[in-house]
Amino acid sequence: GVATKPAETKSKKDAAKGGEAKGETLSPDVARDLYYDMYLGREFEEMCAQMYYRGKMFGFVHLYSGQEAVSTGAIRLLRPDDYVCSTYRDHVHALSKGVPAREVMAELFGKQTGVCRGQGGSMHMFSRKHNFLGGFAFIGEGIPVGLGAAFQTKYRREALQDESADQVTLSFFGDGTCNNGQFYECLNMAGLYKLPHIFMVENNKWAIGMYHDRATGPSFGDNVPNIYKKGEPFGMPGIHVDGMDVVKVREAVATAVARARRGDGPTLIECETYRFRGHSLADPDELRTKEEKERYAKRDPIPAFRKYVLDNKILMEAELKDIEQQVVECVEDSVQFAEASPKPEKGQLLENVFADPRGFGTAPDGGYRYEQAGFTSGTAQVS
Amino acid sequence: NEKLMWEALREAVDEEMERDPNVLVIGEDVGHYGGSYKVTYDLYKKYGEWRLLDTPICENSFMGMGVGAAMVGLRPIVEGMNMGFLLLAFNQISNNCGMLHYTSGGQFKVPMVVRGPGGVGRQLGAEHSQRLESYFQGIPGVQLVACSTVANSKSLLKSAIRSDNPVVFFEHVLLYNLKGETVDGDYCQPLEKAEIVREGTDCTILTYSRMRYTVLTAVQELEKKGVHPEVIDLISLKPFDMEAIAKSVKKTRRVIIVEECMKTGGIGASLSAVISESLFDDLDHEVMRLSSQDVPTAYAYDLEAATIVQPEQVAEAVGKICGLVPA
Repeated sequence: GVATKPAETKSKKDAAKGGEAKGETLSPDVARDLYYDMYLGREFEEMCAQMYYRGKMFGFVHLYSGQEAVSTGAIRLLRPDDYVCSTYRDHVHALSKGVPAREVMAELFGKQTGVCRGQGGSMHMFSRKHNFLGGFAFIGEGIPVGLGAAFQTKYRREALQDESADQVTLSFFGDGTCNNGQFYECLNMAGLYKLPHIFMVENNKWAIGMYHDRATGPSFGDNVPNIYKKGEPFGMPGIHVDGMDVVKVREAVATAVARARRGDGPTLIECETYRFRGHSLADPDELRTKEEKERYAKRDPIPAFRKYVLDNKILMEAELKDIEQQVVECVEDSVQFAEASPKPEKGQLLENVFADPRGFGTAPDGGYRYEQAGFTSGTAQVS
Repeated sequence: NEKLMWEALREAVDEEMERDPNVLVIGEDVGHYGGSYKVTYDLYKKYGEWRLLDTPICENSFMGMGVGAAMVGLRPIVEGMNMGFLLLAFNQISNNCGMLHYTSGGQFKVPMVVRGPGGVGRQLGAEHSQRLESYFQGIPGVQLVACSTVANSKSLLKSAIRSDNPVVFFEHVLLYNLKGETVDGDYCQPLEKAEIVREGTDCTILTYSRMRYTVLTAVQELEKKGVHPEVIDLISLKPFDMEAIAKSVKKTRRVIIVEECMKTGGIGASLSAVISESLFDDLDHEVMRLSSQDVPTAYAYDLEAATIVQPEQVAEAVGKICGLVPA
């Protein structure tokens, strides 16, 4: 199965309309921001791999290396009050949304300074401050949650007459998820209610060891599956974009964001991309061929963008070097911060189970359990 | 001021929607149709279609949408047209409603109510006769509440809507047309407290939902024989009101649990275990459990009746535990 260029469609052509005009050169500020964010994504994840092998983090750790153009291209375009919903491969989405690298790394180290106090871990990053909705470990379950945030925006506008409600929600997920019912259920509701929700498909071609073309049948008349074509049946544009090109992703998302803010509803964007590592650090990655990996390595989005900004004289070599140095320092700093941070105290055990601690109920000797000795030290029996 | 239970539930929804514009109802046929048991009847005319959101048939996605909306400030009431359908939303109820406040380190709250009709009805067949409380009780971070009277259905639902915790709220298909009075004014009943249905001395019967009436039917007969069981409606199926339970057990020293749940892995199984563990020295008799048989609920009337607990079985159990009949 060789990745085939999808046929040109009407909805694909729509991608060029609106947003930042195609071919328009990026401002140096934007270019710096994009390069910094992609470079940070890569360096952060490569550091995670090192830390994992050194026994600093555990469990399932899914790295994002190779897919940076999608996260950066999409999320750096958003306003702080827009929402992002992610999957188990969520570190870099969180970073792009502005969550400090220190807090993500500390979370991975299981420290109390982590963005979720060490209670979430690699697959459950959340940041309320950054409107980052998670961090969902099961396939597809984040899409309805993202849809709920988009619904809230629509609700504020329609039911509460709040004219300022124009936030957009981006939900990220992969090609494997596109065979899950929640994907279709949410496409239907998003189209039906015209929700300001963008379905961001990161098609990296592999669901662990299941090649995309082995899992998904093509549309009638096609030879290969095209996820973006699933938008139109649900009343929204489907856009296919080169997910290894940050500028193209940014253009496509700009169009979709503008459409959502106008109140015209959702968009489905399929980004063709590739993960440079296995599904997780526990994946031996034996099924993907050397040829395929080399083909995509040549399209590495970071050197490609580097070349683009140099060729177009948007940034100078020295500026890029400076950004790279800043990123390396930031990632180093995140590790030192995580290392030096304290582990959660045992007293944290019973916190955050219920927003209202009366949820733990009453005790045999009277009173609510949360008022009892031992509750704040985490030693009380709560069942 | 008598009304039916569905009317009381509807009043609770109406009053809370009036009070807080962030409260809304999401589910199948909750808008135009008014809810399969009329709990939201005509409310869309007052509040509009966005606040009484008719959804397509996609339980896990509209449940997840409710979770997402709750995370960012709304207070959704998500209706399961039949509680059994919420098996399709189990992932969203468990992984998202239950765990997300914790995994996010307390950053996001999920103030939502998941409610709907459950229990064994009248010949509805196996799939529509489920007691999901047994499945949901293992989920951390959610509260399970079962209403049983016109009064408590309204006052508990109001509390559930105002709670910052996710609450799964069980109504019983056979109780919607029960008649009774509601408490006047803006009354909210604590979600964690059991109700003492009648005081007694000879044994403690712990029950909930429709089985409250099965128990009371039996108790009427027992009264005539001079037997005085204490009857407690658990109300909170998770967590148990251990304060009320312990107080009663210490008084009567004998416990019978009467439930519609399956015997294996049900509410009674958990309750029995916790009583044996924490109140063993206060017991004069092992805890008795009267539960549904571990079988799918048959359609045929007599088989269905044989699946669930009947008043005669309650009377017999009381006789045994109080030593009135040979064991």
